[in-house]
Amino acid sequence: MEAFVVHEGTAAPLRHSNVDTDQIIPAEYLKRITRTGFHDGLFAAWRTDPDFVLNRPHHQGVSILVAGPDFGTGSSREHAVWALQDYGFRVVVSSRFADIFRSNAGKNGLLPALVDQSTLERLWEIVEATPDIPVLVDLDAQEIRAGDLVAPFDVDPAVKWRLLNGLDDIAITLSHAAEIDRFEEQRPAFKPVTSS
Amino acid sequence: MSGTMAEKVWDAHVVHPGGDGEPDLLYIDLHLIHEVTSPQAFDGLRAAGRPVRRPDLTLATEDHNVPTVDIDRPIADPVSRAQVEALRANCAEFGVPLFPLGDAEQGIVHVVGPQLGLTQPGMTVVCGDSHTSTHGAFGALAFGIGTSEVEHVLATQSLPLKPFRTMAVTVDGELPEGVTAKDIILAVIAQIGTGGGQGYVIEYRGSAIESLSMEARMTICNMSIEAGARAGMIAPDETTFTYLKGRDHAPTGTDWDDAVAYWSQLRSDPDAEFDREVVIDAASLSPFVTWGTNPGQGLPLSEVVPSPDDFADEVQRHAAQRALEYMGLTPGTPLRDITVDTVFVGSCTNGRIEDLRAVADILRGRRVADGVRVLVVPGSVRVREQAEAEGLGEIFQAAGAEWREAGCSMCLAMNPDKLTPGERAASTSNRNFEGRQGPGGRTHLVSPQVAAATAITGRLTAPADLAV
Repeated sequence: MEAFVVHEGTAAPLRHSNVDTDQIIPAEYLKRITRTGFHDGLFAAWRTDPDFVLNRPHHQGVSILVAGPDFGTGSSREHAVWALQDYGFRVVVSSRFADIFRSNAGKNGLLPALVDQSTLERLWEIVEATPDIPVLVDLDAQEIRAGDLVAPFDVDPAVKWRLLNGLDDIAITLSHAAEIDRFEEQRPAFKPVTSS
Repeated sequence: MSGTMAEKVWDAHVVHPGGDGEPDLLYIDLHLIHEVTSPQAFDGLRAAGRPVRRPDLTLATEDHNVPTVDIDRPIADPVSRAQVEALRANCAEFGVPLFPLGDAEQGIVHVVGPQLGLTQPGMTVVCGDSHTSTHGAFGALAFGIGTSEVEHVLATQSLPLKPFRTMAVTVDGELPEGVTAKDIILAVIAQIGTGGGQGYVIEYRGSAIESLSMEARMTICNMSIEAGARAGMIAPDETTFTYLKGRDHAPTGTDWDDAVAYWSQLRSDPDAEFDREVVIDAASLSPFVTWGTNPGQGLPLSEVVPSPDDFADEVQRHAAQRALEYMGLTPGTPLRDITVDTVFVGSCTNGRIEDLRAVADILRGRRVADGVRVLVVPGSVRVREQAEAEGLGEIFQAAGAEWREAGCSMCLAMNPDKLTPGERAASTSNRNFEGRQGPGGRTHLVSPQVAAATAITGRLTAPADLAV
């Protein structure tokens, strides 16, 4: 997983609360056999509307989503996080996240940045006024900067540590590789193998 | 070693202790995979440039959506075909052994592992499938995992896990004639509920459990998940050792002696404490069937369809009301009067040779009732060939049943074997959820013996009810 220390990009204001994972990616996209390529399923229903924020010309190439409270509720599908990442998002800013979504995001390297409602409103106003304004997300300092706004955000300490070090769950387990090696050396000879 | 069997197996697999509420890192002895829950896991490995750490502890088979007829032709459904083709490509790329459709070793993942002797006592076994609990019949700690965890195990052969709680389900006494392992587990689920096992590993014990064959023990452990438990286990004994000895991947020579010595220490200590204990009197059991839309909604076949008013609990009353509407049943109707359109024999619950023998014993010399469709789907190619060698296939066909190729089939209807809306089935599988066997389909879970007797009469029937 790529380490996340500081990210600068442009932001899309999504003025919706309770964005559930069925909206983020509908079930029909779950039949796929790949882990990537879910970008076309992201907000599939809303994107049929030409005026949807991601369809507006000045919000192309965005990497920070600024969404209303209770983002990521409903189904636990990890595909919701994959779809956001495949589209190009590295950060979701919201004033409240659903637990499972927040956990899934952290596992996959998408930063769920929790801000208070007034910061969220201010960020919406700034980005709507100047769509191409650079937004800086500093994970180490837990700070968001856009124009004259400098605001703190909250993130789970374990997720912060993993993101700063670019470690996914597998990478963390692999940090115990020497112990896995030792364990394997001591496994009894009678344990079966699948190769013939 | 001390404690319960589950704790002993757990302790023997800790690679890195978590401590302080953090998960332990547990080594995985056997990782079984299939076409539905593995594609994204392999894709994740590819994206990160990681290999499969131990392809020699990994085994793949095609089961969930393979057809059970015309298996020499391309799979018609494009989604199924894509998943099967992805599995083949992934196994070739990462060096994972695979039993594809048409192979002599192909079959349902939970039938294949045990029949090859790959599932052994004291092992940790995982698979991206909730019915991995089946393998606990050998005294293995075996449980289902999600796609991210499949990728994790492929990459590291280990898994971070927080300990489970332990539950003992003791079934003592002698089972009455005609009462099977399926009836035991359906009665257990009806007693503790579909959420009763949540967070637990269940250990099944007692004289009635010890008297069961390995096939029957697998049926019981298989449906632990339907009680909400992550895993089920049965202590290994002479029955286990006899089943394993001589199988392809079973230890030989001095390894065998070492293994048996180790396996013999695994059973729970006499003073081991379980977090919960449940006791069932085997003599009180009788053939069991489900009437509703979850596996806990079951009753002895001699009973009648319950009324929602029979349930004091508001949530259960509401669930019963909804289930009766979906199932198209009227309270007070004797369960024996319920007519069926289809009988399905198969699945990882009841698709092994002993199950097919039991069905053949009842179908021999009889005819399936007019208008009833009967599918007999072996759990593996080996089971099919064994059944052929014993003349069972001929018995099924002579009785008017369809004798199919191996796979998961109508248990979850991911292949073309489906119920149509409103169609009613007696099924030896494990889930009677709404639409599980096809949209609008109605499922009654039964033992193979009840399934066979039902095929003869066209209504829910115990073998003892059949005229001699």
